[in-house]
Amino acid sequence: MNLKVRRKKKIYFNSDTFVMWFIYLLLAFVSVLMLYPLIVVLSSSVSDPVAIIEGRVRLLPVGFSLESYEKVFANKDITRSFMNSVRYTLVGTAVNVVMTILAAYPLSRKDLVGRNPLMMIITFTMFFSGGMIPSFLVVRNLGLMNKMWAIILPGAISTYNLIITRSYFQNNIPSELQDAALIDGCSNSKFLLKVVLPLSLTIIVIISMFYAVGHWNAYFGPIMYFSRKNMYPLQVVLRDILMSAQSADMATSDAVLSTRFFEIERIKYATIVIASLPMVIAYPFIMRYFEKGVMMGAIKG
Amino acid sequence: MDTKSQIVGTGGQKGLLPRFRRNRKLKLIAKNYDLYLMLLPVLLFYLIFRYVPMYGIQIAFRDYNPGLGFLKSPWVGWEHFERFFSSFRFSRMIVNTVMINVYQIIFQFPLPIIFAIIVNEVRRKRFKAFVLNTTYIPHFLSTVVVVALISTVTNPEYGVINQLIEYFGGEPIRFLEESSWFKPVYVGSGIWQNMGWSSLIYLGALAGIDPVLYEAAQVDGASKLQQIFRITIPCIMPTVMIMLILKIGGIMDLGVDKVLLMQNDLNIYSSDVIPVYVYRTGVREGDFSYAAAIDLFNNIINFLMLLSANRISKKLSGSSLW
Repeated sequence: MNLKVRRKKKIYFNSDTFVMWFIYLLLAFVSVLMLYPLIVVLSSSVSDPVAIIEGRVRLLPVGFSLESYEKVFANKDITRSFMNSVRYTLVGTAVNVVMTILAAYPLSRKDLVGRNPLMMIITFTMFFSGGMIPSFLVVRNLGLMNKMWAIILPGAISTYNLIITRSYFQNNIPSELQDAALIDGCSNSKFLLKVVLPLSLTIIVIISMFYAVGHWNAYFGPIMYFSRKNMYPLQVVLRDILMSAQSADMATSDAVLSTRFFEIERIKYATIVIASLPMVIAYPFIMRYFEKGVMMGAIKG
Repeated sequence: MDTKSQIVGTGGQKGLLPRFRRNRKLKLIAKNYDLYLMLLPVLLFYLIFRYVPMYGIQIAFRDYNPGLGFLKSPWVGWEHFERFFSSFRFSRMIVNTVMINVYQIIFQFPLPIIFAIIVNEVRRKRFKAFVLNTTYIPHFLSTVVVVALISTVTNPEYGVINQLIEYFGGEPIRFLEESSWFKPVYVGSGIWQNMGWSSLIYLGALAGIDPVLYEAAQVDGASKLQQIFRITIPCIMPTVMIMLILKIGGIMDLGVDKVLLMQNDLNIYSSDVIPVYVYRTGVREGDFSYAAAIDLFNNIINFLMLLSANRISKKLSGSSLW
C-alpha cells in the first residue's frame, strides 16, 4: 500500500514533468509578448482615434471603422510611395537573384581555374569594407543620386547569400550529371539554365525572399540617396507621418492642430499595417524555406 | 569529378607535370570561357562597390574635395583624427557605442541560446511550430515599423507599458525622451525583434546533436536538466563561441537606422553614437574626410577586437573563425 502511493507521487512530481510545464508556460508567455504589439497596432488601425488616445484600445478594436484605410488609400503620398516600394522591391530582387546566381554557379564549379583566389577576393569584403562615406561618394560620383539604381546596385550581391547559394549548388547538383551533359556538348550556360536552375528552386526562393524583405524594409539607403519626395519608398513616408504625428502631439492646444492630430492619428496605424503587410502575408508561405536557408548557412557556412 | 586528381593520376612523371598542367589549365579556361563571362558583371560589382570604396578610405588622410576626387585632394595626414580625438563628443560617443554593444552581449546574446534550448525540449510539434513562427515575425518588420511600435507601447498617455505602471501606482515614464531609458529601450526592443530569428542558428546546431547521447544519458538516469547541462550545452558551445567572436568583433558596430530613428534632442546624451555621427557629418553636412576618418577609426577598432577575440577563443575553447 505504502509503496504504491509513493510511486504514484513520484510520477506526478517528477522534476522533469515540472520542468516541462514550466517550459510550456514560459513559451506561451513569450508568444503572447511577441504578438501583442502587432495585435494592438492592427486593432488601432480600425478603431476610433479618440478611443486610442484615451488608451481604451488594449487588445480588440474599439468603435470599428475602416475609415482610416479609406483615408490612406486616398492619400497620394502614400499610394505613390507604396508603388515605389513595390517597384524597388521587384527590380532590386530580380537584379540580386540574377547577379547572385551568376556569381554562385561558376564559383561552385571545381574545374573553374582561379576559384580559390576569386573566393578570397569576395569573402574578404565580409570582414573589411570602405565604410559609409567612400561608398556614398562612389555612388554619388557615378551620378546615381535620386536614381533608383542608387539603392539597387550597391547591394546587388550579398556575399552571405552568394555563399549559401554556392554551397547549395555544390551539394545538390551531381557532378556526374554535369560531366555527362558537358561531354554531350552542352554549354555551361545552357546547363545552368536547363539543369541547374530547375533543380535549385528552393535556394532561389530563399534568397529572393531574403533580398525582397531587405528592399521592402529599406530606410537608410533611400534617405541617403534620394532627396526628391516622389522617389520616396513607403518606409520613408511612414516615418514622415510618424514624425508629424509627434509634432502635432506636442501642440495639441491649438484647435486647428488638434483636428490635424486626429487625422494623423487615424492614418498612422493603417500605414504601419500596410508597410508591414506584404511581408506578413508572404510570411507563412516562405517560412519553411527561410528556416532551411539559415540552417544551411549554419551548417555549411 | 576532380580534374586535379585526374591530372596527377595520369601525369605520372614529375618533370612533365608543370607544363602539362599549365596547358591543361589554359584548355580548361578556354573550355569554360562562358563561366568567366558570367563572372564578369560580378567582379565589376565587387570592384566598383566594394574595392573602390576601400581604396577611397585614403580620403580620411586628405581634405576631400569633390572636384579633385579621391586621389588629388590635398594630403593632411592625421588632422581629422586629431580633431575627432579632441572633440568633446569623442568620449561620449565611444562610451555610448561600446556600452550599447556590451548590454547587447550581456542581455541580448544569451537569450536566443536559452530560447533555442528550451524550444528544443518541446515535443508537441504544433506548439513548437506556433512558438517559433510567432517569435520570427518581428524580424521581418522594418526598423521604421519597430520604432513606431516602440513609441506606441511606451506612449506616456496611452501606451500599454505606462498604463501598467500607473495601474501599479507609478508615474508614467517618457521612455523615448529620457536619456537614461534610451539604451534599455534600444536593447530591449532588439531582443523582442531578433530573439526568435537569432535562435535559428542554434536550433540548427541542436538538430545536429546525436540522439544516442541523450538515450545513453536517459539509461543512466540523467534528469532533463542534467542532460541540458552535460550534453546540450557542450555540444552547441562551438557555435556559441563563433557567434560571440563575431559579436565582439562588432563591438563598435551599430545599425545606423534604428538609432537615427530613435534619436532626439532629449536623449542625445546617451544616443550619440559613432555610425549616426558619421552619417550626419559626412552625408548630411558634407564633411566627407572627417566622417571617413571617424568611420575608419571605428572599423579598425572592430577589426582588432575581432582578431583578439578570435585568438582568445582559440586558446581557451579551441573554436575560431579561421
